[in-house]
Amino acid sequence: MALTDSLEARVDRLELPFNEYGVDPYGISKSHVRHALRVFGAIYRYYFRVRCYGVEHIPPRGRGMLVGNHSGGVAVDGAMVLTSTMLEMDPPRLAQGMVERFLHNFPVSSLWASRTGQFIGLPEHAKRLLEDDRLLMIFPEGARGTAKLFNERYSLVDFGTGFIRLALQTRSPIIPFAFLGGGSAIPTVFNAYTLGKLLGVPYVPLTPYLLPLPLPVQLDIHYGEPLMFHGTGDEEDHVIEGYVAKVKQRIAGLIERGRAQRHSRRAGRNLLP
Amino acid sequence: MRVLIPGISGGIARQLALHLHARGHQVAGIDTRPWAEAHEAGIQLYRGDVRKRAAEDVFRRWRPEAVVHMATVTAFTVPGKERGRINLDGTKAVFDHCAAHGVKQVLFVGRHTFYGAAPDSPLYHSEDEPPRALEAIPELADLVAADLYAATALWRLPKITTAVLRLPYTLGAPGTGTLSSFLKGRRVPLVLGYDPLFHVLQEEDVVTALTLALEKQVRGIFNVAGPPPIPLSVIVRETGRTAVPLPAPLLSLLLGRAGLPRLSVGALDHLRFPIVVDNRRFLDATGFEYRHSVADSLRIYRESAPILPAGSQGR
Repeated sequence: MALTDSLEARVDRLELPFNEYGVDPYGISKSHVRHALRVFGAIYRYYFRVRCYGVEHIPPRGRGMLVGNHSGGVAVDGAMVLTSTMLEMDPPRLAQGMVERFLHNFPVSSLWASRTGQFIGLPEHAKRLLEDDRLLMIFPEGARGTAKLFNERYSLVDFGTGFIRLALQTRSPIIPFAFLGGGSAIPTVFNAYTLGKLLGVPYVPLTPYLLPLPLPVQLDIHYGEPLMFHGTGDEEDHVIEGYVAKVKQRIAGLIERGRAQRHSRRAGRNLLP
Repeated sequence: MRVLIPGISGGIARQLALHLHARGHQVAGIDTRPWAEAHEAGIQLYRGDVRKRAAEDVFRRWRPEAVVHMATVTAFTVPGKERGRINLDGTKAVFDHCAAHGVKQVLFVGRHTFYGAAPDSPLYHSEDEPPRALEAIPELADLVAADLYAATALWRLPKITTAVLRLPYTLGAPGTGTLSSFLKGRRVPLVLGYDPLFHVLQEEDVVTALTLALEKQVRGIFNVAGPPPIPLSVIVRETGRTAVPLPAPLLSLLLGRAGLPRLSVGALDHLRFPIVVDNRRFLDATGFEYRHSVADSLRIYRESAPILPAGSQGR
């Protein structure tokens, strides 16, 4: 579980080039990260009681891409993954998500996303951040992934291919991860696309209790061994698709392992008097 | 080198003229505005409009080798159609005269607002990007057009070494640019829920950058920037001003009233979304290094344009 030093100390130990105002060249602000970590850290530890495995596979320094599955109708997965790299790694690292465009259209969410380093998923952003040796968090399923219904919660939808070309161009390792439990925390039974359009978001996930408020379900994150592909990024589509399939297969394997572990944990609990 | 500066009476242009003169260049300028100390400083000032015939006579008689075109204006200083005429017709006239009278090098001094402020654009703009979000702020269209027109000289006039430089917001002591004007009052409006990054460059560093571009004879389009960008709220706080965060609809009603600066409604996007530039191409071409950190620039501005205690203003 998370290391014992304070959240403030963890933020202070981030190896980012903060200036005299505590702001880095991308606008990431120490004070905003600190506030966000206080909230997300409490949710991570006490509400979802997240179990994190394999964090040693994430490079402590240098470029890297965390690539995993979406789990849950709202961004609980992204928030908990970036909390895990802040709380479980030593030294802590800030994972920078490639987020949906709509997040930057709204007041407050635009500000907090910017100040905590969560930028729109543009190739220009991803390439520049990797060349600056940052840690990226990518969900190649995109918005289709968060739209998974409760009964599809352990499945994977089609992956985009851009992340592989990016990894090849920037010679970045891909650290696959599986996120489990989000689909049970937010058991989506229906996605209201028309309502979403009216609100300026891709859709609104609806649950049996209507609102997409997450239930206190235990979440698991499994990081796998890094994958390194070699090439220029200009390869034919079938080559790229082959690499994508490898990453997808690795994530699917991590999901299966995680499911088995969750199952045995439940079974163990049922044996207790 | 014989350097002619259209728009020489502006704040930064004057500093550039003095700096170039001190470095041994011969300097002259064209401007409709006066600059009483120019002659004393050894700088020749021709009063007039760069679009008029007299300006062409300056090119013909004075025979400049290089031109630094700084005679463009923003909506802050010149409203309405006249601004478009100054920016576009003026720029055309300058390039026409340069081509006709054997000028070897032209620097067009543009602005980083060329790229526009939009929620879905990259944080760091490279020179290869098109202008965006012009529909939100049409007052910028003529400056963008002038920038694009200047860039056509790169293929239209191959004998002239042309550089289009896109400069960020500048501050001085206190300075004369858009940001200085925006920060003039005690209260500075922010759009509630947003806090864009701003690139700020100290005026002395602007002069250094322009001098390097001139002396290194760079050719192409370049973003010029100094220290990494910082949030607008930090700029407001560190210059001793009071931030007034207001919801965008309310702010658009209050602009120019209640002690808030005058801004167009479209310009509110510049208070929502960042315009940050990637300056690596310029650094590679010139080796430019800024001398003033952001903290320095903000301190200098604060000390030169202090906010007087309430009740003492206007005495």
